[in-house]
Amino acid sequence: MIQDYLILSVILFCIGILGVVSRRNVLIVFMSIELMLNAANLAFIAFSRFHVSMDGHVLAMMVMAVAAAEAALALAVVILLHRHKGKLDTNVFSLLKG
Amino acid sequence: MEHTVSYLGLIPLFPLMGALVLGVMHIYSCSRGKIPEKLYAGIACVGPVISFIYALIVFFQLKGMPPESRFLVHDAFTWFSVGDLHITMGFLADPLSSLMLLFVTFIGSLIHIYSIGYMAKDENFGKFFSYMNLFLGSMLILVLGSGPVVMFVGWEGVGLCSYLLISYYSEDTDNVLAGNKAFIVNRIGDLGFLLGMAFLFWAIGAGGFDYLSLRENSHLLTPGIGLVVCLLLFVGACGKSAQIPLFVWLPDAMAGPTPVSALIHAATMVTAGVYMVARFSFIYAHVPIAGTVVAWTGILTALLAAIFGMFQRDIKKILAYSTVSQLGYMFAGVGVAAYSAGIFHVFTHAFFKALLFLGAGAVIYALHHEQDIWKMGGLKDKMPKTYWTMLIGALALAGCPPFAGFFSKDEILFSALATGHTGIWVIGVTVAGITAYYTFRMIFLVFHGTPRDKEAFDHAEEAPGVMTIPLIVLAVGALFAGFLNLPSIFGGNLNVSHWLAPSLVDHHPHVGISVELLAIATSVIAFAIGITIAYRKFGMGAEEPEYTGFAKFGYNKFYIDELYNTVLIKPYKAIGSVIWKSLEPNVTDLPVKLSSWLYQKAGAAFKVFQVGYVRIYAIYMVIGLSIMSLLLSQSLN
Repeated sequence: MIQDYLILSVILFCIGILGVVSRRNVLIVFMSIELMLNAANLAFIAFSRFHVSMDGHVLAMMVMAVAAAEAALALAVVILLHRHKGKLDTNVFSLLKG
Repeated sequence: MEHTVSYLGLIPLFPLMGALVLGVMHIYSCSRGKIPEKLYAGIACVGPVISFIYALIVFFQLKGMPPESRFLVHDAFTWFSVGDLHITMGFLADPLSSLMLLFVTFIGSLIHIYSIGYMAKDENFGKFFSYMNLFLGSMLILVLGSGPVVMFVGWEGVGLCSYLLISYYSEDTDNVLAGNKAFIVNRIGDLGFLLGMAFLFWAIGAGGFDYLSLRENSHLLTPGIGLVVCLLLFVGACGKSAQIPLFVWLPDAMAGPTPVSALIHAATMVTAGVYMVARFSFIYAHVPIAGTVVAWTGILTALLAAIFGMFQRDIKKILAYSTVSQLGYMFAGVGVAAYSAGIFHVFTHAFFKALLFLGAGAVIYALHHEQDIWKMGGLKDKMPKTYWTMLIGALALAGCPPFAGFFSKDEILFSALATGHTGIWVIGVTVAGITAYYTFRMIFLVFHGTPRDKEAFDHAEEAPGVMTIPLIVLAVGALFAGFLNLPSIFGGNLNVSHWLAPSLVDHHPHVGISVELLAIATSVIAFAIGITIAYRKFGMGAEEPEYTGFAKFGYNKFYIDELYNTVLIKPYKAIGSVIWKSLEPNVTDLPVKLSSWLYQKAGAAFKVFQVGYVRIYAIYMVIGLSIMSLLLSQSLN
């Protein structure tokens, strides 16, 4: 029962990690991050139902609010990155290379 | 407590505050435009004058007390306390320090007033007076300090200010070097003072480390430790008061402006050594050997400096050597346990030496910074006020009765003779003759005869009133200061000696009147011989002789600077360059270089992880978080 939800959550989370790590387009990376957040949300809701408590719901709402704020900022950053280099390939932004 | 007065701490505070205010004003004027000289001058003179007024108040308050309990104290605050050592920022006024206080503030104030004229139109007018006030304030701390540690604060303060003021004309490298020399030589002496203080504390400091407690406990001092303490303190005195072997800095200190020389030589700085020995008379009195060392060092310095003075051509250097020589007398005085005689000579010397320096300053000012006496001459009619006042100063210095120097010097020579130090007395009388000779050589060459440099002579004129009035005041002092301590043979009753008696461990030898007459007669004869030879050689105008033989030796100061250079400074520099060139890069720098090499290599190894791609950093993060989660879950199980 709860295991099913948790397994789905883990799968979604791992897809998110893989997306962040392997994709080079900034927008896709961003979407992957959103996916990870929602995987976490799923886990919260599942636990909330399991324990018959509203705490998980509260946290899920909070995550959504943060995600919305983050989206607003991140999209602005994406636009600036595009203006800067004309591309959205993350490999182009490698100033920290040692 | 009836001996506590709170205004004692204010006496050094006024000049120190003046220094601060003037310093801030000078810094302000550097960036925001000029401040008028009159404003600076006014503030500069306020501090010393108020201090002088307070010095008078202190004096009269002490005078109103019974002689055996004449002292005033003021403990401003506890400075620090470590173990047994409790040091308060305390001030003590007793007859000795009140006498010093009086003439230091009085002459200091006069020199400040004189400087307004001498330093006019100098671009660093404010800086000069800031340093002068600081100098005076430091000297007042030195004099008023209630214990050796507070004295040391002032001691270092005057050392610093002498450095600042000697190198005042800092565009010229020589002046800066002269300042360095003064500072370094003084540091050598300061080390002696510090060590002496440490020994003293170790021996008898447990019962309190101020003069009053130390004096009470001084009988606990064993003769061996007493000797060590005395000699170490004397090393300090040698540095500050320019005695053999540390006298070399004082003639070079002439690089500073003339009022500074006057301040160093008359009121502040060089008298500190004599004052310190007199202050510790309760220790020196127990150790006659130390006294003998002090006396012989002093009298030999007096002789050596007098010989150098005979051959100098720079008017300020002549005066500088005369100061070294007179300081030698003072040490001879305190060395033969005639502390009051030594201090009295400090007192009279302050008047006539300040007078001579300020007079020389007026001459230098009139001749547009010409200091060579062989280019002067015939200034008597051009500068009558300067001439007459300087003549009084010269007579006092040469020890002509009844001028101030005669009584004080005679008291020292008499004490030496009466205590059986015949050798010191003989040298002392000889030096008196030489002093008369070189002093009048200077007077004759500068003021008599015909002008040697016609153009400079024609432009010369009497100094302004702000400069001549201090001269006249000081001349009055040089004329009459000696009468304050008139010995009984002239119908006096040694007022100053009696005044100083409670502070000092003085002892007056009782010998027949014939000895006293002998001492006086020989001094007068020595003076007469000296002045006669000077008149014969220079009175009618003379041309500069070739310096040959002994004269050349004397003119070059027996090559003592060169000797120090070869024996001390060059080996020191050689050792320094060996350390710098081979020891430092190959030995001491090795660990430093090794560690920097290690960091470089480590950095090169680790930099492969810094790929610069965000996603790789994300992988690191995932790996790190995974490991942490694993560890966490394990610890939970």
